[in-house]
Amino acid sequence: MDNPGFRRGSFHSSTSDEDLVEISGATLDFSMTDDVPPLDRDLGEFMSYNGGGLNVPNKMMDFLEEPIPGVGTYEDFNTIDWVREKSRDRDRHREITNKSKESTWALIHRVSDAFSGWLLMLLIGLLAGSLAGLIDISAHWMTDLKEGVCLRGFWFNHEHCCWNSEQVTFEDRDKCLEWNTWSQLLISKSEGAFAYILNYFMYVLWALLFALLAVSLVRVFAPYACGSGIPEIKTILSGFIIRGYLGKWTLIIKTITLVLAVSSGLSLGKEGPLVHVACCCGNILCHCFTKYRKNEAKRREVLSAAAAAGVSVAFGAPIGGVLFSLEEVSYYFPLKTLWRSFFAALVAAFTLRSINPFGNSRLVLFYVEFHTPWHLLELVPFVFLGIFGGLWGAFFIRGNIAWCRKRKNTQLGKYPVLEVLVVTAITGILAFPNEYTRMSTSELISELFNDCGLLDSSQLCDYVNNFNTTKGAKLPDRPAGVGVYTAMWQLSLALVMKILITIFTFGMKVPSGLFIPSMAVGAIAGRLLGVGVEQLAYYHHDWPIFSGWCSQGADCITPGLYAMVGAAACLGGVTRMTVSLVVIMFELTGGLEYIVPLMAAAMTSKWVADAIGREGIYDAHIRLNGYPFLEAKEEFTHKTLAMDVMRPRRSDPTLMVLTQDSMTVEDVETLISETTYSGYPVVVSRESQRLVGFVLRRDLIISIENARKKQDGIVSTSIIHFTDHSPPLPPHAPPSLKLRNILDLSPFTVTDQTPMEIVVDIFRKLGLRQCLVTHNGRLLGIITKKDVLKHIAQMANQDPDSILFN
Amino acid sequence: TTVWSGFLRLCFVFGLSFLALTGLLLVQLANAAKNFEDVRCKCICPPYKEHSGYIYNKNITQKDCNCLHVVEPMPVPGPDVEAYCLRCECKYEERSSVTIKITIIIYLSILGLLLLYMVYLTFVEPILKRRLFGHSQLIQSDDDVGDHQPFANAHDVLARSRSRANVLNKVEYAQQRWKLQVQEQRKSVFDRHVVLS
Repeated sequence: MDNPGFRRGSFHSSTSDEDLVEISGATLDFSMTDDVPPLDRDLGEFMSYNGGGLNVPNKMMDFLEEPIPGVGTYEDFNTIDWVREKSRDRDRHREITNKSKESTWALIHRVSDAFSGWLLMLLIGLLAGSLAGLIDISAHWMTDLKEGVCLRGFWFNHEHCCWNSEQVTFEDRDKCLEWNTWSQLLISKSEGAFAYILNYFMYVLWALLFALLAVSLVRVFAPYACGSGIPEIKTILSGFIIRGYLGKWTLIIKTITLVLAVSSGLSLGKEGPLVHVACCCGNILCHCFTKYRKNEAKRREVLSAAAAAGVSVAFGAPIGGVLFSLEEVSYYFPLKTLWRSFFAALVAAFTLRSINPFGNSRLVLFYVEFHTPWHLLELVPFVFLGIFGGLWGAFFIRGNIAWCRKRKNTQLGKYPVLEVLVVTAITGILAFPNEYTRMSTSELISELFNDCGLLDSSQLCDYVNNFNTTKGAKLPDRPAGVGVYTAMWQLSLALVMKILITIFTFGMKVPSGLFIPSMAVGAIAGRLLGVGVEQLAYYHHDWPIFSGWCSQGADCITPGLYAMVGAAACLGGVTRMTVSLVVIMFELTGGLEYIVPLMAAAMTSKWVADAIGREGIYDAHIRLNGYPFLEAKEEFTHKTLAMDVMRPRRSDPTLMVLTQDSMTVEDVETLISETTYSGYPVVVSRESQRLVGFVLRRDLIISIENARKKQDGIVSTSIIHFTDHSPPLPPHAPPSLKLRNILDLSPFTVTDQTPMEIVVDIFRKLGLRQCLVTHNGRLLGIITKKDVLKHIAQMANQDPDSILFN
Repeated sequence: TTVWSGFLRLCFVFGLSFLALTGLLLVQLANAAKNFEDVRCKCICPPYKEHSGYIYNKNITQKDCNCLHVVEPMPVPGPDVEAYCLRCECKYEERSSVTIKITIIIYLSILGLLLLYMVYLTFVEPILKRRLFGHSQLIQSDDDVGDHQPFANAHDVLARSRSRANVLNKVEYAQQRWKLQVQEQRKSVFDRHVVLS
């Protein structure tokens, strides 16, 4: 009774046990040529009244048909089937809920299953926060390693080395006995030309060493760890599979090499890679929970939350992180994920705060603490900064994509290690002479955002102070001193250098982020403009634009605010973020005073940049790589129909279909090896072309392999059937192979006259991979996601052959 | 078996959460067991009359963090002290040098281990393999598996589901598979520029 082959072959055998079966088998036999499904079910009931002869074996057959390992998983570089994953999760949930009524143990299981999502978020937050703390502290230390060592303990960086020095003057506040520059260590001299040259040389040498280590580690252990990671994560979250992209080796290598890359003085940031690191943590921790390990759709919800945690630790902005995940990275973002992402982001921020990498419980180096008011007339320079940000964003995207395309297609791409070393050398050599490029970019932004109080004595705050008129802490407006003018031209040089070098740095084979360099460019431009407006107000306070609100002797202009607005404008121009950008910036400042200037600049920069080029940097990289990402924000406005897009076209061979019960194993294997489609529709017969379902290539291959090995009697001439019951077989025929359990019985279909707008909408909203096209009820063709993407590219006059993946 | 595996999974989940909470507690304890030197009161006093600006640091508790306790020796005579102190700005700061030390040491050790492994993989292992297998060429498995042989992938998937008894075999097998994966990744990223260009 256990032998399915025996059972199937029994319809025409004449053993005495199966007499009952033979009678009903005859009825069954007759009904199989007619293919209306409801009759099958009715017949089942009829058979059960027949003494349950066939029903019990049916149940046993289902029991034996355990899922073969591998069926239901996906190939690398393929898209998942969202509908199937979601329905699988719902089935699992239903099963657990039903079983929970049976025993206490099952009830505990159900409660723990519901609780597991929150536990996972907690763990992700803890791990992401700890890793971000590690990265921050190490990067902070290694950046200063290029300049010198602390003798008190080699693990201290410059600031921490001189932390305890008792009494210092303003000018010497950076000098202390324990901190030795390299020239001091090697030749015991800290002033003079030779010391300067030695420091220069050691700086470039350390930078090259760090860059070489970074690129070698990436190349040997985890090639997926290079780049920013956000374009690929966007694609993964929309349903694409890249195996190994979020694995443990990628996590380790990305963490280690990110510190090395940031410390080598290259013009890159660590925010984008931190999102990748957090998503790796999310993916790895998913393996501990069955609910998320086996279901690709649920896993992507967790990854959205992990991305939010990543941005949260990068900027110390939990709300901004959630909004960034919602706006930029995620594709499907159900409301349940919103609450969980917020929890993960908060836990991550809290963990980072406990580690306290920067002291004073600050999470970001460039936290802003001033709250001086601004005036409505200042919106004019803010809008101007927005225009600058938009222009720079569009220019940067064009330049970077052109350079990356060159790297992809020409000889330049064959020497990644050499390229990294050359760029690092150029950056180091150009950066050392200028004080503002020698310091790390985060420190630069922090100094630019800083409002000059009475107590600051950096070069940028070298105003002419008249202490007799100073009352308390309120500063008057002051003319710029010599230091400020020097700082201005140094900053202009730094601006030019940063604008040019970032184009060549982003996209190299080391982990590289984009946020900090763009913010630096914007902050420099903003500060220059702010100081300009401030001096204009000082020297011409009787002009009508100033006299109304800026009385003489009052300090009305805050150049730090201009720097902040400039940073927001440039970041918005490059990434085209809107809400998340403003929220991140306002969480950085800790107040709502500056929301209006930030929004004005962000909106202006987005409009200007959109007028020049439609895509942000991440979408442009997605298009460059040819990922199958269906843009959710764009409308499809052309009037084509489904039959214009479907395959096969008139010149193509006819659609490759499987019939439901008339193909042999050999036929199917030939079909699979001759074609490369990822799935085949199953029809009733070639003449009728009436649709039964859709079967995936990978499932077919695995099931046939498994059947050949494990099931008795399956040979090349066995019939494969997708029906519930075996077709009539001639005598001495080998047993047939039932593959109904891998057949998707509810494929999505549209008619050939459906407008493409609706088809694109269906693909977007349901996350389909393919959609079948019928005409008058008969199967006509198939539209896959790749066809949709190619069609959209063609309609937009782009190259449709650039879509590489399925 | 499902009951037992469910029980194991539940235990694992509870164990993991317990571990996470203890980790957080340890971090807090580490912060509490501060170094004496890890707190300071930083007073910045701007130039006053003929005295230049100074920055004063002192290990002092938060309630004593004001100009009068920290600024020693007082540069101005008695009556001017109040005017001088009004301009000074005092801030209480703390840090954890233990955390910094542990973090840097962890980072450097992981970096060192990775560098050693990289040197081993790049230089030492080929020499060892050549010595073990003599001069016979190691036939590398064909890299373009996926496209030409649709059924090879199925082999892979089914093979993974079978369990291997020997632990050493498992480690060797896992390392081989990892190396193949990295090689595939390297081809996609560095050679064919298909992903992450």
